[in-house]
Amino acid sequence: MKPAPFTLHRPATLAQATALLHDLADEDARLIAGGQSLAPMMAFRLARPGHLIDLNGVGELAHLCESGGMIEIGALIRHVDIARRAIPGVTGALLRAVLPHIAHHPIRTRGTFCGSLAHADPASEWCLTAATLDATLVAHSASGRREIAARDYFEGAMATALRADEVLSSVRLPQLPEGARFAFHEFSRRSGDFAIAAALVIFELRDGLIAQARIGIGGAEDRPRRISEAEAVLNGRKPSPELFVEAGAAVAAALCPMEDISTSAAYRRELAATLTERALEEAAR
Amino acid sequence: MSKTPLHFTLNGRAFDLEVEPRRTLIDVIRDDCGFTGTHAGCEHGVCGACTIIVNGETVRSCLMFGFQAEGATIRTVESLSQGGPLHPLQEAFVEHHALQCGFCTPGFLMLAVGLLEENPDMDEAAMRDALSSNLCRCTGYENILKAVKDGAQRMKASHD
Ligand SMILES: Cc1cc2nc3c(=O)[nH]c(=O)nc-3n(C[C@H](O)[C@H](O)[C@H](O)COP(=O)(O)OP(=O)(O)OC[C@H]3O[C@@H](n4cnc5c(N)ncnc54)[C@H](O)[C@@H]3O)c2cc1C
Ligand code: FES
Ligand code: FES
Repeated sequence: MKPAPFTLHRPATLAQATALLHDLADEDARLIAGGQSLAPMMAFRLARPGHLIDLNGVGELAHLCESGGMIEIGALIRHVDIARRAIPGVTGALLRAVLPHIAHHPIRTRGTFCGSLAHADPASEWCLTAATLDATLVAHSASGRREIAARDYFEGAMATALRADEVLSSVRLPQLPEGARFAFHEFSRRSGDFAIAAALVIFELRDGLIAQARIGIGGAEDRPRRISEAEAVLNGRKPSPELFVEAGAAVAAALCPMEDISTSAAYRRELAATLTERALEEAAR
Repeated sequence: MSKTPLHFTLNGRAFDLEVEPRRTLIDVIRDDCGFTGTHAGCEHGVCGACTIIVNGETVRSCLMFGFQAEGATIRTVESLSQGGPLHPLQEAFVEHHALQCGFCTPGFLMLAVGLLEENPDMDEAAMRDALSSNLCRCTGYENILKAVKDGAQRMKASHD
């Protein structure tokens, strides 16, 4: 199908964009960044915004920088930029490892990091990354700026703490310490599809013992989150295949997975446990 | 419906248009510019038939609005041979039987041309991953992979 008609707005600054969102509050205005989720929804007429506000002319949102131990990713940073912009440190390496799992190259050339977080698909790899790293999300509206912690941000499938009058202007990710280990594993039926479940694991080794473990699970529940029960299993213990099975079991026990036509909750739970084990094995290598 | 002005260069020709904002780039290219080589399959981003090159990047032209191509340089399948000899990748597609009905072919060609121009030394694993972006209902993909492998060599040779 073809998208329904809308009135187009092309702000050149963030202030103009937030003013438009404020002024059009009662007229169903939508932001568009990469358009790689919104354009399909408009083609299906699942979305029929009366006004479309194109963020692509807002040059100030195209920043990607590191300061004070945080990596800040602006709203116009595309998926491909994550590989091209040489993001330093362990967090940079982690982002590059996750990137190839997102859609396909011709979608990654336009889709944005922040757009993924605004869209908040339960299986989004960047949403899982933000949740696992305890990212800070920066939102701007006509009435000011606020920061939202990732744990308060995801409210359900395609539901977030972002208000309709807010632009997600950037996301800030902590730089992981040198030597931190990580691995990402997901399972989807076809290459480039959204995952049925995904696991992102991060930990440090101190005197041969696991410390600062982070276990993030995406795609299984309606939103990605850290599984503290599994992290507690790992911290202070020596890496071993048996320990990783135990951590996987803790993930399975803690999850309350979604069900759909093709995938049962029990299958998602087992998959999440297996992906956690595999990711831990890889990170420990 | 109100229209918005749109200027871009398509296959070396400058276009000066007025389009409805809701029209996708593929519709503008096919209907307003008359270049019908680019095919619309699913029109929601999953099949890759509509893949073209915008400012040097491969994109799904069904997932861009026409107005977003303001000032852009666009290449579609028609740019590859322009009535002259076939592009090295087109030759490879012919020789390796990489097409049957041909519906998916413009998308595969532009995908592969874009990726090989960016990275002429892609290995087979990277090619398989990249080609998984597009759907073909006829060939079974093996011949497309063979053609892209061979085409990569031919493209390099034609640059030497
Ligand atoms: C075939 C296909 C496969 C895909 N596979 C995957 C996959 O495996 N994993 C994955 O994570 N994604 C996948 N995607 C989606 C893709 O990653 C999108 O790029 C992403 O979900 C949204 O980013 P965008 O910039 O394109 O957002 P848009 O489509 O422009 O916008 C999406 C939504 O977010 C809002 N929005 C966008 N930017 C902002 C902002 N800065 N502030 C506030 N609101 C904003 C819009 O109003 C809209 O509601 C796939 C897409 C396609 C077409
Ligand atoms: S027509 Fe654009 S991806 Fe199918
Ligand atoms: S040749 Fe028929 S779809 Fe590919």
